[in-house]
Amino acid sequence: MVAAPGLLNGSELTKAQELVYELKVGQVMTPEVVCVSPEQTMGELELILRDGGFAGAPVVKDGHLVGIVSLQDLILSLEQGAVDDPVGNWMSVDLLTVREGDSVIEAVKAFSQRPVGRIPVVDVRGSLVGILTGGDITRGLVRALDVGYRQGEISQYRASHIFQDISSDDTSLTLRYRIPARDFARSGEASSKLKRALQRLGGRPEIVRRLAVAAYEAEMNLVIHTDDGGELLVDMRPDRVRLVVTDQGPGIEDVSAALEPGFSTAPDWIRDLGFGAGMGLQNIRRCADEFEIESRPGVGTRLDIVVRMAQEERLGRPGQ
Amino acid sequence: MTVGEIAAALHLEVIGANADLSREVRGGYASDLLSCAMAGAKPGDVWVTLQAHLNVVAVASLTEVAGVIITEGARPDADTVKRADQESIALLGTKEDTFSTVARLVKLGVGEPVSG
Repeated sequence: MVAAPGLLNGSELTKAQELVYELKVGQVMTPEVVCVSPEQTMGELELILRDGGFAGAPVVKDGHLVGIVSLQDLILSLEQGAVDDPVGNWMSVDLLTVREGDSVIEAVKAFSQRPVGRIPVVDVRGSLVGILTGGDITRGLVRALDVGYRQGEISQYRASHIFQDISSDDTSLTLRYRIPARDFARSGEASSKLKRALQRLGGRPEIVRRLAVAAYEAEMNLVIHTDDGGELLVDMRPDRVRLVVTDQGPGIEDVSAALEPGFSTAPDWIRDLGFGAGMGLQNIRRCADEFEIESRPGVGTRLDIVVRMAQEERLGRPGQ
Repeated sequence: MTVGEIAAALHLEVIGANADLSREVRGGYASDLLSCAMAGAKPGDVWVTLQAHLNVVAVASLTEVAGVIITEGARPDADTVKRADQESIALLGTKEDTFSTVARLVKLGVGEPVSG
C-alpha cells in the first residue's frame, strides 16, 4: 500500500494543485534568514554565502528590507575586483516580495514572472520574516501530501469510529477466536488477529502490546495443554478490554502452584520448542489490571482478565 | 543502526524475500524460551535465539522486535519463512552460537545508549 515517493498519480496531482492554493507562504518558507546589511562588503558577503551554502541573501537596514543580493551579483563584483565595495552598491533594489499570508500559488506566479531563485517574505508591516525558494515550495507540498496520505490511510484502516458511530447506552464489541489443541502451525494467529483489531480500533501501542502478550500466552496454553482446544473471547469497550479464555479440560490440579514462576507441566518436546518455561500465567498476570483464574480437574479452566484504559487511552477516541 | 546494517556487519544470512531491513535496532534480547522473549524483548530489539520454528515469528511480531537472529545454523522451515515474509519480519541466520553473536552485537554498539 506504500506508494513510491515522488510518483504522483492523477488524484495526487490534483491534490498537489489544491494544496498550492491552500498552503500559505508562511507554512513553507524558511523562517531563519541570514541577512546582510548594505554597509557590509562584497568580501564579507562571499564568506557568509560560502559558509552558509546560500545562493543569495536579503539586505536589511534598520529592520527593513532594502534589497536582495545574489551569488550572481557577487560573481560580477569579484570579476571587477570590487571585493571591498559595500553590498548596497551591488544589490537589487527592485524588490519582488510575497507576504507570509499569501497562497503558495502567488509565490509560484512570482517565480514564473522573474528569473529569481529566492523571494523575501514579509509580514503585513513589510518586515522581513523569511525567505522562499523553489525548494521550500516543493518540500512544503511533499510534506502536506504525505500528511494527507497518512490521514487518509488512518481513516481508511482504522475502525476506531465504530464506538462513536454506533450509539447505545453501553456498546461493546465481542470477538471470538477458537483455538485448536496442538496445532502449532497456526498457533499465535488469534493473538496476531486480535492485535491488528486493537490497532484498528485505535489502541495505544502499550495497551495493544499488553493484550497481545496476554492473548498469546493464553492461546499457547490452549494449544499446548488442553484436550480439545478452547476459546478466546474478547469483549471490547472504549475504556477496557476483557479477555475470557475457556476450555473443557483437563483442568489444573493446583492453581496456586501453576501461578508460581517456573512451574511447568509441559513435556520435553514442548520445552524443546521453547515453550513450557512456566512463565505463561505470570506474563498474563503482569499484563492485566484484573486477573482471575478458576480451574477444576476434569472440567476445565476459565481465565478472566481485564486491561483498563485511562481517558486518553480509550479505544475510539475522537479525532482518530 | 538498522537491521540491514547489522546483517551486513556480522555477515548474517537474510532468510526470506520480504524482510524489513530498514528497522532501527534499539537494543537486544537473548533467550530460547518464548515466554521469556514475550516478557523481556522490547520493540526495536534484535532477538537472538536458536529457535527456528513458526512461533518465533508470532513472538517476533507480537513483541515488535526489529529482527530475529537465529543462531547455530538452525534453519526455519518453509512455512516459517513464508509467515515471516507475510509480516515483513527479518530472520537472520548465523552458524555462530548465541554467546558469540551477542558479543559481536555488543561490539557493534547494540544496546548502548545513543550519545548526543
